[in-house]
Amino acid sequence: MSIVVGLIAIGVLALIFGIILGFAAVKFKVESDPIVDQIDEILPQTQCGQCGYPGCRPYAEAIANGDDINKCPPGGEATIKQLADLMGVEAKPLDAAHGTEDVKKVAVIREDECIGCTKCIQACPVDAILGAAKQMHTVIEHECTGCDLCVEPCPVDCIDMVPVKAKPETWQWDLKSVKANVSMADNIPVKMVE
Amino acid sequence: MRDIKSFVEAGLIGQFPGGIHPPERKSPANQQPLRRLPLPAELVLPLRQHIGPSGQCLVKVGDNVLKGQQLTEAKLSQGLPLHAPTSGTVSAIEERPTAHASGLPEMAIVITPDGDDRWGPKQPLPDFRQQDRATLIEHIQAAGIAGLGGAGFPTAQKLASQKPIQYLIINGVECEPYICADDRLMREQADEIVSGIQILQYISNAEQVLLAIEDNKPEAIESMRNAITGIDDISLRVVPTKYPSGGEKQLIELLTGAQVPHNQLPLDVGLLMQNTGTAYAVKRAIIDGEPLLERVVTLTGECMHNPGNVWALLGTPIDHLLQQGNFQAEEETRVIMGGPMMGFTLPVTAVPVIKTTNCILTPTLEELPPAQAEMACIRCGACAEVCPATLQPQQLQWLAKAKDYDALEQHNLFDCIECGACAYVCPSEIPLVHYYRKAKAEIRNIAREKAKAELARQRFERRQQRLEREKQERLERHRKAAEARKKMQQEKAQQSAPAADQPAATKPAQDKSSAVAAAIARAKAKKAAQQAAQQESSDKDT
Repeated sequence: MSIVVGLIAIGVLALIFGIILGFAAVKFKVESDPIVDQIDEILPQTQCGQCGYPGCRPYAEAIANGDDINKCPPGGEATIKQLADLMGVEAKPLDAAHGTEDVKKVAVIREDECIGCTKCIQACPVDAILGAAKQMHTVIEHECTGCDLCVEPCPVDCIDMVPVKAKPETWQWDLKSVKANVSMADNIPVKMVE
Repeated sequence: MRDIKSFVEAGLIGQFPGGIHPPERKSPANQQPLRRLPLPAELVLPLRQHIGPSGQCLVKVGDNVLKGQQLTEAKLSQGLPLHAPTSGTVSAIEERPTAHASGLPEMAIVITPDGDDRWGPKQPLPDFRQQDRATLIEHIQAAGIAGLGGAGFPTAQKLASQKPIQYLIINGVECEPYICADDRLMREQADEIVSGIQILQYISNAEQVLLAIEDNKPEAIESMRNAITGIDDISLRVVPTKYPSGGEKQLIELLTGAQVPHNQLPLDVGLLMQNTGTAYAVKRAIIDGEPLLERVVTLTGECMHNPGNVWALLGTPIDHLLQQGNFQAEEETRVIMGGPMMGFTLPVTAVPVIKTTNCILTPTLEELPPAQAEMACIRCGACAEVCPATLQPQQLQWLAKAKDYDALEQHNLFDCIECGACAYVCPSEIPLVHYYRKAKAEIRNIAREKAKAELARQRFERRQQRLEREKQERLERHRKAAEARKKMQQEKAQQSAPAADQPAATKPAQDKSSAVAAAIARAKAKKAAQQAAQQESSDKDT
């Protein structure tokens, strides 16, 4: 008899907790951030394809499936470090087979040489080139990711990749770059003596 | 809020944490009366002189401009307009080095003065109390007035806040060594400053005005005290000399005994602060109808043999100021824009005076010896004791060197006002502020890059969607075309079957037309095949 009471009691308890847990699972459901999104967030979104995948998102998917994290030259060391932290693997040097880290660049069309073939427009992964057939094309500078993909298709070779020009608001306080005799010793505040 | 009120009504002066007492060295520059300079050979006006984007250029090369004529257009919240500081000709619109530590070039309007200094039409509003608030704010915006104390925040934007203002604080503290531009202005133009203060009070609807001056300027205090006698709602507060008591948050703590909470503005707690120079500029804009065309600049340092304060037109090349101050270069002389604590060494002296230029300092090496080689931090804690923002400068320095940007933000790097007190007391000669500036620039850059990457990602995804959609449409079109062809062929087959029974005479003509139709069909099929092949290959590409 006592066994039956015990079984019933435990059964009732199991039912109650089951209901609570079931309710909590629905009510407090946590939408887990998929790892692919997190990786995609870290990648520089140049969509250059240097990693061998057609864009940053496909590469993010590949990393999530176990591909190497050192195939992204535009991201460079900083991206590799962040990816290593996220994926819990060792950071390794950039795979030279996919290119080397370079200064940030932007595409510029030499407009008087452009024949209006639209080939670069088709190649641009972020639609940053403006133009129409037999009309001059131009690059929307602040939307260009510097991916290099428009250079190769151009039949008249009129696209240059130029380093992004430093502006006062993006300047990194690199005093040595300004002038040879402005050095760390010229930092403010200047020491004052009585 | 109530305790601010009781604190202010009791006329108390509070304290802020930290601070230093560097040598003041306000004389000899503060002993000379304000003077005007001969016109320079050219005036260079960078389109961007302050925080925020630059305005739209309204003039072109070769235009003749009158003094006070508007050169650029900018709406409220989009920066400030710029005006011609004297009459003359626009001789160029080109990139020129700017008054920035980097010396990087920015677009500028270059004016060659004609020497007549002819005014264009002025629009004064002398009876400002008859005007409504919005009109006056618009007028101040149109006059291009920026905060003349430090960062150059557009004054109209600050005034346009809808938050109720309890106290208007007028900052005449000028705590940085050497600089005495506000000091001289208060001594000589006290009445104008007071009218400017009254206009600001009318616009902001502040209950009370607190005018703060540091106690090392007795003449300015005297002059301002005389000017405000009989005006009940302006009270003078003399604050003890300590650097950086002129910082916005530091002065608020001195005058109200309360701190502005982290991530909030003084406006959020009912306080509005304006510099005395700004008050003067507001008076000139409203009462006299003159936009901001000039400002007081202190010329000082032992290499300047004719030191003093001058009215410098905006755009005056620093070279011209140096010449007027009788600057004698010695070996390795630095030309510093701003004071010795917060200024920066100019990489080139061909840069112009802008709205925020308050001082040109040319010290000798004995006067302000350059910092020695940086040594290791010994964790003495002297920097933490003097930090007016109660940060941990030594910790920030370690983090900045390690490029640990998340931790820097957690340690409130952006509360740092870059006053330089920490670097001033550092026994290891560590250029602390330099590390903070670098780290701040880097953090801002990372944020900018991130926003750009996000934009690129969106554009990439949209493009992928578009290509997919176009592909589907194309397939659909081809399918329909193929169906139509099939139907036509079937019809033709049906037609040609009875045609076989027709008399032989019509047969050659029939044959001919069916041959043409067949050729067209063949060509179409070929074209479709080509297109399909092309599409396949382009699909592979993308």
